[in-house]
Amino acid sequence: MADALAGPKTVTGPMIRAWIETSAEVFAANRGHLSDLDSPIGDADHGNNMNRGFNAVLEKLPEGDDIGALLKSVAMTLIAKVGGAAGPLYGTLFLEGSKPLMGKTELSQADLAQFFEDAIAGVKKRGRSDVGMKTMLDALVPASEAFQAETAQGGEILAALRAAANAAESGMKATIPMQAQRGRASYLGERSIGHQDPGATSSYLIVQALSDAVEKASE
Amino acid sequence: MKKLINNAEDVTLEQLKGFGLAYDSIDVHLDPNFVCVAGGVKDRVALVSGGGSGHEPLHGGYVGMGMLDAACPGQVFTSPTPDQMVAACKAVNGGKGVLQIVKNYTGDVLNFQMAADILRDEGIEVRNVIIDDDVALKDSLYTAGRRGLGTTVVAEKVCGAAALEGYDLDQLAALCKKVNTFGKSMGMALTSCTTPQNGTPSFELAEDEMEIGIGIHGEPGTTRSKIKSADEVTEILANRILEDEAYTRNLSEWDAEKGDWVDVEVKDIVFQSGDEVIAIVNGMGGTPLSELYTVYAKLAEVAGRHGVKILRNLVGNYITSLEMAGVSITLVKTDDEILRLYDAPVKTPALRWGA
Repeated sequence: MADALAGPKTVTGPMIRAWIETSAEVFAANRGHLSDLDSPIGDADHGNNMNRGFNAVLEKLPEGDDIGALLKSVAMTLIAKVGGAAGPLYGTLFLEGSKPLMGKTELSQADLAQFFEDAIAGVKKRGRSDVGMKTMLDALVPASEAFQAETAQGGEILAALRAAANAAESGMKATIPMQAQRGRASYLGERSIGHQDPGATSSYLIVQALSDAVEKASE
Repeated sequence: MKKLINNAEDVTLEQLKGFGLAYDSIDVHLDPNFVCVAGGVKDRVALVSGGGSGHEPLHGGYVGMGMLDAACPGQVFTSPTPDQMVAACKAVNGGKGVLQIVKNYTGDVLNFQMAADILRDEGIEVRNVIIDDDVALKDSLYTAGRRGLGTTVVAEKVCGAAALEGYDLDQLAALCKKVNTFGKSMGMALTSCTTPQNGTPSFELAEDEMEIGIGIHGEPGTTRSKIKSADEVTEILANRILEDEAYTRNLSEWDAEKGDWVDVEVKDIVFQSGDEVIAIVNGMGGTPLSELYTVYAKLAEVAGRHGVKILRNLVGNYITSLEMAGVSITLVKTDDEILRLYDAPVKTPALRWGA
């Protein structure tokens, strides 16, 4: 639904920078939570890995408002610093998403929708995965779909991002009854049921951080 | 946690420093971390592997003449990252391309694929072969597929010899894939293991229990039961390997013509009476050699009963899980090519003969 609150018409370079900074804060705050989620179905390192990765992202983030360059820098740092499966998957997400955005200093709502689509296509391909397998995609795909649905109904950027964050949160929670079909958790078979997927959780946190950063910037 | 370490964060770094000092023939590079043959590679395909630390001697112990040219160690039980792999591959690229041997763990596979993409963008030809030989897992559709175990050691040995013989990159990749489809493994654990960074055991196993089908990071196996005798355990593992049905799955590989990663259907052999094999009886790090010989004796008997003849063997610690007690068995069917290359000289910290 169209949001009554007046939001920005475009997402600017400084907003993207704020998104990245917010993500780093969120991963610092949720480090223990994510590793705890990873403990029963993985190797209890997802929170530490994401926190270490985003700390390095902040150190290496270039100057300027070129959004493609900012997101590519995020990708390359995560690839080098996160390790495990999350490093290449989040690296691919930001790398594929950044490609059409090189040289752009502000994004239209359509650009943002495209970013979600390209990023998700990259993760699906790299992980040979799709929704329903108890992965990051269970948060990301509903987020992208909600962003597009809200946009189609005339909602502006901020409303669409809020809808995306809500959908990501629901998608994250929906991983609890799923049986994992990818990654180390898949070896647990039925024993993976009943645990919230740490990758879907970190993906929700990133989408929520984008919504929060844009909202804060438009206040 | 009771370990001979200084600080948990420093174990990988300190181990690499010691490894470099111990072997003159190997160069150790830090940040990004990799080890490679001193003097580099000229005018032939280079062979690179890597994976989490904690599985020593895999992979660094297999760097040297006639085997790997470089290895990338990750943190304990954590995949290395593409920057390590890119640096290692560049350091040993001899102008004829690089073959990456990758054990089938999601992190390893994805990081090596990203590294291959980056290297290709920089003009270095790369092939990437996945080893997935753990018969404990029946199914690949609903899991990440069979894991990489002891066949990795044979693949690294055989491909290293082939690279020295002058196999080109496509020939070497084809050989590596053949070894993978010819090799089957399965492991079991008597005890768990503790990574320095976590400080508590990866899983719990009671004093009178064992886990059959364990993975090398303590991933769960197929069955947990009361402990059985060495003969009974060996029967279980050897029979599962020798009677494993033709396993078919899709593996991701680079299609140079399409310029993209594609899924290729791969089918394993089924062991037949009359087959000749290389056998590995592998300790997990905490098993006395005396117990491994007991397992080997039974393995030879079970193989013989299936009409399978062991031509070569390795008994000892070749792909470990820190201090875990247990054993894994690997059988790799040989043919003239594999046996000739396996017998060729090798000189690495962990494997050496004929040189």
